[in-house]
Amino acid sequence: MNKSEGKLLRVLLPAMVLVALIGIWEIYVDSGGVSQFVLPAPHAVATALWNNSALLWSNFKTTAIEVVLGIALALASGFGAAVAMHFSTTLRRALYPLAIGSQAVPFAVLAPTLVFWWGFGIFPKLVIVAVICFFPVLVTTLDALWSVDPDQLKLLKTLDASRWQAFRVAEAPAALPAAISGAKIALAVAVIAAFIAETSTGATVGSATGLGWEIVNDITALQTAREYAAVVVLMVFAVACFYTLALAERRLAPWAHQSRGEVR
Amino acid sequence: MHEVSISYRPERRAPVQALRDVSLQAQEHELLAVVGPSGCGKTTLLELLCGLREPDSGTIDCPPAALMPQRDLLLPWLSALDNAALALRLAHMPKAQARARASRVFAELGLDGFERARPYELSGGMRQRVAFVRTLLSGKQVLCLDEPFGALDAITRTEMQNWLVQALRSEPRMVVLVTHDVEEAVVLADRVAVLSPRPGHVLETAEVGLPRPRRRTDAPVVALREQILQTLGLDEAAAHEGVERA
Repeated sequence: MNKSEGKLLRVLLPAMVLVALIGIWEIYVDSGGVSQFVLPAPHAVATALWNNSALLWSNFKTTAIEVVLGIALALASGFGAAVAMHFSTTLRRALYPLAIGSQAVPFAVLAPTLVFWWGFGIFPKLVIVAVICFFPVLVTTLDALWSVDPDQLKLLKTLDASRWQAFRVAEAPAALPAAISGAKIALAVAVIAAFIAETSTGATVGSATGLGWEIVNDITALQTAREYAAVVVLMVFAVACFYTLALAERRLAPWAHQSRGEVR
Repeated sequence: MHEVSISYRPERRAPVQALRDVSLQAQEHELLAVVGPSGCGKTTLLELLCGLREPDSGTIDCPPAALMPQRDLLLPWLSALDNAALALRLAHMPKAQARARASRVFAELGLDGFERARPYELSGGMRQRVAFVRTLLSGKQVLCLDEPFGALDAITRTEMQNWLVQALRSEPRMVVLVTHDVEEAVVLADRVAVLSPRPGHVLETAEVGLPRPRRRTDAPVVALREQILQTLGLDEAAAHEGVERA
C-alpha cells in the first residue's frame, strides 16, 4: 500500500463506518420504530443543522472558547503542578490526594459558589473545565517525570549539570509529550465538562449561551432534531480538537514519533 | 584510590559489601582496565571515581572524572552534534561556539557527516561514538568507561575498539575502562586490574606493556588473557583438558 492510498483509506474508513451507522439509524426511525420526538431521523438532524446554522454557530463559539481555554489552562496548570510535585515530595504528599479527590466533586455542588465569586460570565465555566481536565495532565506528566532514566540523571551529574539544568535538558522534554497525551485524554471529557459547566452555572451573559444550554433548552422544548444537531457540532469539534493536539505533539516532540508515521 | 570499601544497604535486607579494600592507581594518559565477573562492583567503582557515591572507608584522590555508561543515553530530542556538545552547553558555552568545538572533534574522529542526525537514526556503534565524544568534551581529565562496547555485536565491538585506540591517540586522557571481556582489556589497556567476585577486591594488576596496535590473536595477548582468566579461576586450557580426560 503506498502513502496516498493509505491516506485515502484513513479518511475513507471512518467515513464508511459513519455512513453505515447513519443508514441503520435512518432506517430504524423511518420504519416507525421510535417517535421523532424521542429520536430524530438523521435527515431531520441535517435539516435542523442547516436551518439553525447561525444560532448553532454563535452558541458553538461560546462553548469552543470554554473548551479550548479550559484545556489550555489545564495543560499549563497540570504541567506546572506536576513539576512542582516532582521537585518536592512534601508538596506531592500534601496535594496529590486532594487532586484525586477533586475529580469526585459533582460540579453542581460547587457551581453556586463559583457563580457567587465570579458571576455568570465565562470564567467560572473555564474553571470547571480546567479542573476536570487538569487531572489526566497531572498524572501523565508526573509519571513521565518519574520515569526518566536515573542513569541519565547520573550521567548529567558527572557532566556538572545543576538540578535545574538536568530538568531542562532531560526531564522537561520527556514530560512534554506525556502532558499533551494527558490533554488528549482530557479532551474526551472536556466537551462534557463544558456542558456541565454551562448547565450548572447558568447562562453566560449575552445572547450566545453555549451549546450545553441550547441542548437543555431544546430538550424541554421538544426540539429534538436541533438538540441532536448541537450534539453533532460538539462531536465534530471534539474530533477536530483531538487531531489538533496530536499534530501539536508531533510538532513539539517529533522524537516521540520517529518510528511511526501515523498521527495518533 | 586507596583501600576503598563500600556497602549497599538495601531497605529491610542485610547490607551487601560491593568493594573491599580496593586500591588502584593510574597515571596520566594511561588506560587502566578493570575486569571482573558481573556483580563484582565494577560500576560502583566508577561511580566512586565520578563522585556519585562516597566510600564507607578509604580515600579517593582522583581528578574530575566523566562517566560513559554502557547504554549511550543520548537525548532523543538533540542532534548527534548537540548531544556531543552537551557538557559545553551545560557549562554555559554559547551554542555556536559549542557546536564548532564539537564538530572539530567530529571531523577529527571521523564522525563528520553525522552531525545533524538524531540518535534514533544512528547505529549502535555510531551512538557509542557520539557518547564517547560527549564524555571527551566534558573536559574532565579522567574518562570512566562502563562496559562501553558491551551491548554491541562482535564485529562492531572490534571496530569500536580500534576506533577508541585512534581516538585516544589524538585526544589522550586517563581512562578507566570497566569490562567483563578480558580480551578487550588486554587489547586496549596499559594495565589490567582483576577484581574478585563480590565483595570486589583486586586479585592482580597486570602490566600489559605490548606495542600497539595489538590483535586479539597475537601470542602475547593470548598468553596474558590466559593468565588473567587463571587468576579469575576460569582457566580455559584446564577446562579443555578436563573435558578431554573425561
